[in-house]
Amino acid sequence: MTDVTHGMAEPVRKSSLTAPDARTLSRNRAEKRFQYYGIAAIVAGAVFLVLLLTAILSNGIPAFKRATVNIDFTLTQAQFDEAESAMLKTRIYTDFFIADLSQQLAERGIDVDFDDKTIERILGKVGGTLRAHYRENLQDLDQPTRFQLAASSRVDRYLKGTFGRDDIGEGNRFIMPGDLDFADALRDAGILTQSFDWNFITGVDTGVDNAGGAGIGASVLGSFMMMIVVLVLSLPIGVAASIYLEEFAPKNRFTDLIEVNISNLAAVPSIVFGILGLAVFIQFMGLPQSAPLVGGLVLTLMTLPTIIISTRASLKAVPPSIREAALGIGASRMQAVFHHVLPLAMPGILTGTIIGLAQALGETAPLLLIGMVGFVARYPETFMQGFEGPNSAMPAQIYNWAARSDAVFTEKAWGGIIILLIFLLSMNILAILLRRRFERRW
Amino acid sequence: MNDMRIIQRTMGMNETKIHAKDVNVYYGDNHAIKNVSVDIQDKTVTAFIGPSGCGKSTFLRCLNRMNDTIPICRVTGDIFLDDEDIYDKRVDPVQLRAKVGMVFQKPNPFPKSIYDNVAYGPRIHGLAKNKAELDEIVEKSLRRGAIWDEVKDRLDAPGTGLSGGQQQRLCIARAIATAPEVLLMDEPCSALDPIATAQVEELIDELRQSYSVVIVTHSMQQAARVSQKTAFFHLGDLVEYGETGKIFTNPEDSRTESYITGRIG
Repeated sequence: MTDVTHGMAEPVRKSSLTAPDARTLSRNRAEKRFQYYGIAAIVAGAVFLVLLLTAILSNGIPAFKRATVNIDFTLTQAQFDEAESAMLKTRIYTDFFIADLSQQLAERGIDVDFDDKTIERILGKVGGTLRAHYRENLQDLDQPTRFQLAASSRVDRYLKGTFGRDDIGEGNRFIMPGDLDFADALRDAGILTQSFDWNFITGVDTGVDNAGGAGIGASVLGSFMMMIVVLVLSLPIGVAASIYLEEFAPKNRFTDLIEVNISNLAAVPSIVFGILGLAVFIQFMGLPQSAPLVGGLVLTLMTLPTIIISTRASLKAVPPSIREAALGIGASRMQAVFHHVLPLAMPGILTGTIIGLAQALGETAPLLLIGMVGFVARYPETFMQGFEGPNSAMPAQIYNWAARSDAVFTEKAWGGIIILLIFLLSMNILAILLRRRFERRW
Repeated sequence: MNDMRIIQRTMGMNETKIHAKDVNVYYGDNHAIKNVSVDIQDKTVTAFIGPSGCGKSTFLRCLNRMNDTIPICRVTGDIFLDDEDIYDKRVDPVQLRAKVGMVFQKPNPFPKSIYDNVAYGPRIHGLAKNKAELDEIVEKSLRRGAIWDEVKDRLDAPGTGLSGGQQQRLCIARAIATAPEVLLMDEPCSALDPIATAQVEELIDELRQSYSVVIVTHSMQQAARVSQKTAFFHLGDLVEYGETGKIFTNPEDSRTESYITGRIG
């Protein structure tokens, strides 16, 4: 064979190493082009991310601030008795409040016109608030008490700069241009201020008449309870199913079928799981509607395929030599799996679980079907009530707020998205920490 | 190679430890081992040699039923360990593997500490009643594995952090720790450098005092150096089995001769 090639003298290609030929040049150009495409893709992604975050933060941050009227108000025992014996009790309280406020403004040399209607438009029904306070706290009578009264949503937005005099149309019953002058006067006097709104984080949903008082707290709790249900159910079921399928199950048509179907389940639209939950958990099994327990069960069904697929992938990634080593010294298959394979697969399992939970956390569609979008104005009273009682979840609450007409609710929806993202971010950080903790090299 | 030394190697008359008769192994439709019958003696190093894919590793893995873990693998015939059929329905392969230890081609320490690597076997088999006994087993095994002096100061260090040769000796120590009667070695030196290989070979020779050692190797020099008996496999057949000295100097079968002189394989 070699003799033949020797016989045929091949023409030697002459080329210089310092002058690259056309092919090399075009290959280099293709490589450069590809790199530019990659950079362009990353830049595009980063731009979208920045745009998204800017939009969320600029729209959502105001939701964490709230305009309040902070005022020291004194009610004497005599005034209390007088008001309580009157026919229109809250009306009398309002009058006392207006008198007190006028006096305080006069002391500071502020001359501004206002009446009880102005107060109602700016602060809502002050009399009711005061009466409720003093009936509960009789010890506050006869001494100055600090009140923090929430301003109405329009004043709130006026201070945030999203509402101005031009926005007040003819015949607006809710606010008048003069009210804003009064608000300016209060702000200059340091009585009307903007402060961090803890109520938004800890509070519950409110009706349209008190948009500013709405909080996301109850639905954060609802989401949290659902996540507990999802975690407690889907992690053990998912991991057990994966271990069985990956390490013990015989490879036959039946297990192939199961495998294909698990992959298919991962791609099923979430609303299908919602209607399944409605049919099975609520109508057939009679579980309570709108309950985080049912929500958690539905989301568990959704999360299971994700967990199973990622767990199987990480079990597969453990080198077979580790299993052989354990089996070779007489460990049973279960010992080999639980002592050696599972610890090594743990980081991957945790990552999959957190990704699954994060997906479930942001899911809205199935919650709509099982009724977790209702108006929830109370925290659950007991721990168990937190699972069984009606509640909402963060994405459902955000959806709900976004659909309401008052612009303050739109702002709250953006703010809710920030809370949701913080929740997700902390879950991801937890995943990274756990991963680090379990990560071992082999 | 010093032929004279091989010829003069004396063979003690040891008892038969493993008796295999008409063993056939199928991987699906592939007939991997054909009618192999062999007697493996106690306190002897037996080497399996042969070209790649000849079935020597497959047969080795039959001896502790590691092939059970491969679903498509089917074994027929009888293999007796001390007159007990290891493929009997009543035999639990887990118990068998505690008696027939195995060392693999690639060093595969657990990603745990050196101590835990060795202690794992005794722990799962309940060989130690307390910590002191376990410590003793670990030390004894590491000494017999000829690695004690190198690791005694860092038993808490991960086993995966050792060099390749040290890892393999750790794996041997781990296999010894469960007090097996037979030690199977599947090309234990193929991933090691010559110095580590020499250390492992020396160790194998010492292990012969207490165990029956079966070693699969691609290196004929190694087979000649460490073994007393040699079996030559070719295409799933056991071509020739006999004393190492005889196989390497005066083989009966022409295929054996071709292989050891480098014409096939």
